[in-house]
Amino acid sequence: MSSIGSGYDLSASQFSPDGRVFQVEYANKAVEASGTVVALRCKDGIAFAVEKIITSRLYESGSNKRIHNVDKHIGMAVAGLLADARQLLTVARDEAKQYKHDYGVSIPVKYLADRLAMYMHAYTLYGFVRPFGCFILLAAYESDGPQLYGVEPSGVTYAYHGIAVGKAQQTAKTEIEKLKLSELKLEDGINEAAKIIYQVHDEVKDRMFELELSWVGQVNDGKHERVPAQIFAKAESFAKASLEEADDDDDEM
Amino acid sequence: MDVLNPMTYDAEEDQLRDRTKYSQMDKHIIPVEFQQQPVSTGTTIVAVEYDGGVIIGADTRTSAGTFVMNRFTDKLTPLTDQIFCLRSGSAADTQAIAQVVTYQLDFLSAEMNEPPLVRIAANCVRRMIYQYRDDFLAGMIVAGWDKKLGGQVYSCPLGGLLVRQPVTLGGSGSTYIWGYLDNNYRPNMTKDECYDFVLKGITLAITRDGSSGGCARIAIINKDGVERIDVLGNDLPKVFDL
Repeated sequence: MSSIGSGYDLSASQFSPDGRVFQVEYANKAVEASGTVVALRCKDGIAFAVEKIITSRLYESGSNKRIHNVDKHIGMAVAGLLADARQLLTVARDEAKQYKHDYGVSIPVKYLADRLAMYMHAYTLYGFVRPFGCFILLAAYESDGPQLYGVEPSGVTYAYHGIAVGKAQQTAKTEIEKLKLSELKLEDGINEAAKIIYQVHDEVKDRMFELELSWVGQVNDGKHERVPAQIFAKAESFAKASLEEADDDDDEM
Repeated sequence: MDVLNPMTYDAEEDQLRDRTKYSQMDKHIIPVEFQQQPVSTGTTIVAVEYDGGVIIGADTRTSAGTFVMNRFTDKLTPLTDQIFCLRSGSAADTQAIAQVVTYQLDFLSAEMNEPPLVRIAANCVRRMIYQYRDDFLAGMIVAGWDKKLGGQVYSCPLGGLLVRQPVTLGGSGSTYIWGYLDNNYRPNMTKDECYDFVLKGITLAITRDGSSGGCARIAIINKDGVERIDVLGNDLPKVFDL
């Protein structure tokens, strides 16, 4: 590792001589160690696909989901430390609830992303707390179209057309860049996202994984939800089929 | 009942005494000096949606009992650049509400980096009225234009209700023109038809309601902004005067 803190990495309240806050960078390492999350902003909606790595056959399937709802219209997908993410989910839900209470309309996702970013940033300022070790993705389909925001552990937020976070983020990003997202329809976007997860999944290091898929868009009237069973099955078989195609190609060589 | 003697103090009677002294309804029955009368915008306010915006109008009389405190009041109060509120009831209460809500919306629009929705403004007004429903006497209409839903009119009457309506009236003078509204309002009127409807309604209410009078102030709010029109007393449309 080239980034050895050597004394300036003991707390988030210290800068290093070259102007880095090492604790925040270490938080990013925690994000990079988690299962991959892929999010695609298609023409008429947003697709989330999560590689939920299962470490033991004894766990009940479906426990510790990584895609959640914040209010009816906003979906949140997380990469990184799940326990940290659970607290941020509670914070996000509280913000959404308070906004609805004060102003009578649902919280716009851009505003929620800013509030969440401010909260996460606050934890990077002091020595007696540590930064959150998770990357939060927020998706909604609002009156001006689909919106996808990502919040890093440092508290920075960007709006994205497509993003991948986690173990295989570099490989997945390359795959996403091959897609023409502005012309992609949501139904196809779901399939593509599932395919990318299957492609970047490392069979050797993490044997078992569960695929989680969710969408929000014109198709479900802006209400974020997990994809229905048939769509899920179709996406999964599309993903597996494309894997076999790739294998076949390799064999032919 | 002696207020200072706990043994004979009756809370209900005490509150009733306050209410009857300041009640709008009872001011005719209990002749109280006008200086002790609260300043009210005994009023006529009208708001109507049209395709592309809203047209709002009010009379210009502020009264304290029988004394006309201000004969050219502006009851059309801006909350933001393109959202207005129309005030009826106690002048002090409605001014206070408008001030607080203007601040809240200003802060919110700075945070969100865009002008607030009309619905949000109406909610802020409604929440204040509801929270202080036992203390305030404020019947307000919030009307304006925003990018998402276009022209909208929201009614926020006394108890703290919020309801969106294509056309609504308010104030003491409105009682005299509900029949006029029922007979003359049609959905999907043009901008000019709506303007005539609002102006005629205010004029009719002014001629019948003692607490409404003066001139008519009208504002047209659409995506291009706000156009204010003041129709002075002698320019009001002629109605048959017995």
